[in-house]
Amino acid sequence: MSKTIEIGKLTDIPKLGSRVVKTQQGNIAIFRTMEDEVFALHDSCPHKQGALSQGIVHGKSVTCPLHNWVIGLDDGEAKGHDTGCTKTFEAHQEGGMVYLVLDEV
Amino acid sequence: MREKLVVIGNGMAGMRTVEELLKIAPEKYDITVFGAEPYGNYNRIMLSPVLTGEKTVEEIMINDLDWYKENNITLYAGEDKKAVDIDRRNQKVIAADGTEAEYDRLLLATGSNPFIIPLPGHDLDGVIAFRDIADVETMLQASKEKKHAIVIGGGLLGLEAANGLMKQGMEVTVVHNLDVLMNRQLDEPSAKLLEQSLVERGLSFKMNANTSELKADENGHVKSIAFSDGEELPADLVVMAVGIRPNIELAQKVGLHCERGIVVNDTLQTFDPKIYAIGECIQHREELFGLVAPIWDQAKVAANHLAAYGIGIYRTQATSTKLKVTGIDLFSAGDFTGDDETDDIVFQDPKRGIYKKVVLKEDKIIGSVMYGDTIDGSWYFQLMKDGTNVADFRDSLLFGQAHMGDSGHAGVNAAADLPDSAEICGCNGVCKGDIVKAITEENLYTLDEVRASTKASASCGSCTGLVEQVIASTLGGDYTPSESEKTICACTNYGHDQVRDAIKPNNLKSFHAVSDFLEFSNPDGCHVCRPAINYYLLAAWPGEYEDDMASRFTNERMHANIQKDNTYTVVPRMFGGVTTAKDLRVIADAADKYDVPMVKVTGGQRIDLVGVKKEDLIPMWKDLNDAGMVSGHAYGKALRTVKTCIGSQYCRFGTQDSTGAGIRIEEMTWGSWTPAKFKIAVSGCPRNCAEATIKDVGIVAVDSGWEIYVAGNGGIKVRVSDFLVKVATEDEVLEYTGAFMQMYREQGHHNERTAPWIERVGLQYIKDEIVENAEKRKAYYEGFLLSQKFSQKDPWKERASEGVAQNDFIPLAEV
Repeated sequence: MSKTIEIGKLTDIPKLGSRVVKTQQGNIAIFRTMEDEVFALHDSCPHKQGALSQGIVHGKSVTCPLHNWVIGLDDGEAKGHDTGCTKTFEAHQEGGMVYLVLDEV
Repeated sequence: MREKLVVIGNGMAGMRTVEELLKIAPEKYDITVFGAEPYGNYNRIMLSPVLTGEKTVEEIMINDLDWYKENNITLYAGEDKKAVDIDRRNQKVIAADGTEAEYDRLLLATGSNPFIIPLPGHDLDGVIAFRDIADVETMLQASKEKKHAIVIGGGLLGLEAANGLMKQGMEVTVVHNLDVLMNRQLDEPSAKLLEQSLVERGLSFKMNANTSELKADENGHVKSIAFSDGEELPADLVVMAVGIRPNIELAQKVGLHCERGIVVNDTLQTFDPKIYAIGECIQHREELFGLVAPIWDQAKVAANHLAAYGIGIYRTQATSTKLKVTGIDLFSAGDFTGDDETDDIVFQDPKRGIYKKVVLKEDKIIGSVMYGDTIDGSWYFQLMKDGTNVADFRDSLLFGQAHMGDSGHAGVNAAADLPDSAEICGCNGVCKGDIVKAITEENLYTLDEVRASTKASASCGSCTGLVEQVIASTLGGDYTPSESEKTICACTNYGHDQVRDAIKPNNLKSFHAVSDFLEFSNPDGCHVCRPAINYYLLAAWPGEYEDDMASRFTNERMHANIQKDNTYTVVPRMFGGVTTAKDLRVIADAADKYDVPMVKVTGGQRIDLVGVKKEDLIPMWKDLNDAGMVSGHAYGKALRTVKTCIGSQYCRFGTQDSTGAGIRIEEMTWGSWTPAKFKIAVSGCPRNCAEATIKDVGIVAVDSGWEIYVAGNGGIKVRVSDFLVKVATEDEVLEYTGAFMQMYREQGHHNERTAPWIERVGLQYIKDEIVENAEKRKAYYEGFLLSQKFSQKDPWKERASEGVAQNDFIPLAEV
């Protein structure tokens, strides 16, 4: 079973930025793109566990602050010649509020 | 509905353009390719290693037949599919067997034909050129059955052919009409060294030769070569390698304007606007082409226009040459003959077989020839393309870049001699073997491609030179180190200076204004260009441009350095490295209160609280602020510290108050953003305890005043600073320091420290601007002080007390 949780206002996340949601499954980074789309990824780079929430967001990608791996926000996949994948979560915004969908543990 | 693109010529130039086009506009065209050779597309410059047996035909394939299928490209390959006519009115191409293809845009990439000297007997069996796989197969076949080979032409291609045939067991004589081999690339001394070393390997030469005839045996096969001096040599195989001519037959036939080649404009368009042309078949601004590097540039420009993006024009860059004969090191670039207005600097060691010559004109490199030791070829080449004034190091120029100081590679600079297991990139743990494998398996040609594929030199960049050497030694031949102005990143075709120069005249005041105006391929840019342009905007519009936090690296956003476990370090500023017992107590209390795992003294005379959790940052800053301390900017591309020694106040050797001067300088410069981190030090006497001569600005006190040094570096690449000027008063020290910093702030490339900056623009230029010209110095200094008015704000205070973006430090929610 999964549940949809209201986690805050869209405007609480900076454009091309990210905020963290603490969960029992670990930290989840919520990203906001220039077009106000939101995405959610496990806050950990597949390379050396850098905090993706601290990276620079561009298009639908984020660059990890530790070693510049570029991770796709929509699929969690490392881009270019790097290989690795970060767990994705379903997130969306509606009426200015942001929602995260989590599996019940 | 897709448009139709037809490409005539299935060689490197045409397919490179298609690859570039697929990258930027994959959906725009249905593509059809006509090629006269019955293969996919192969790397023609690697034919020499195929001839020597170092590579196989399969290994030099760039795109096999599956690639064409995967990309929905219709390939017509083979002799009967050779394009023989273009119906320009109805826009279609017709092949020898009648196959037709309509086009909206047509790309001619017909390449070149080898030039065959019309000697008597030039059409006999056994007389060939060295141009394609078929020629190589003929040579390999001949080497199994025959003995005597003659190569006519002592140029690059001729020598590679001769070397290959010799490796295959033939007795080879190279026939050359001058007495200097590779006369377009070498001068006489270097050519003699080359000739000598090739003779030692077993090649024979007939120089100054005037061939009169090729003679036939009874079957019409070549059997000997006769010269005008009466000599005759046996010849079972004759390879003519005396140059190439653009293949313009088809273009001429259909009435396109041709001179020596198909004439194109700066966008690679022919006189028929629907038809583009590229590569060895073209003539651009009077020039013809034979090397791969300029053709790659052309492919980029042509693809851009075919994709209807309409930006980018082609300009010929200088090229360099190497010979692909294993074990022979030879490098040549630019004008190496010189004239009355040039100076030659020459190093000769015939016993070791080393010769180096650099030609200077008005203290700038205009050409170089090297034999035996070519490690610094790409460095000279870069200095030449940058137009760097070398006056200040011309006395050590020929000793090479290593002589300028370099650390971190255990002194190793010659990548060619390294074993495959040698680590090239320490940051990402990439070995030489990994890079070589990526280059050969993935057909990489440029530094960017190698970086993207292997990550080598992608982090700190200190091994860039080594990586370039590995690429050069792997590709051999036609590798060109790097373009004269590198683009910022893959988002744009423009370099740092071009982007910077566009900002003010066009009133661009945000990243998106810049990316729109310059038509970036990614509207949001990437982690490379966003911070760079954010900095350029900040420097261009002091007080007006609002710093964009989303374009800052996390350290500059968090005002702390991120560590590998995602904790941060906190460093309070200590002006001039001076602290008090009270401040130390406050720091100690903070370390206790927030459970800081390590307290460390930094190299810049400050105290570092290591391992602070992100959510503790704001309260810790508040505590430090309340006790009067501010951020030390130990995390930023900014003024870091001003390191000092004790100076005349206490030291028995001190000549001036270095501590006091350091505090004044730090008070003036703190908070300033710079292209890369910036360090200053002040020593109170020439014993230089503050190590001022490896800092971006170093001040050394002497009895009569202060010596100012600039552009030192103690990091990746150790560089002792250059003496700028000696002044009498502390006020002058401040003025020069501010002026130098401002000049660097306005002109350095993002992420380029003062050491490489000064090597790029030359010390003399700096002196001209701020030593010789008092007015300019004052203008720079005032510019610096103006921008400081807006940047001397303690970021800790803004966030801890004034509520700026505190959200960044706390979770959005806990669930």
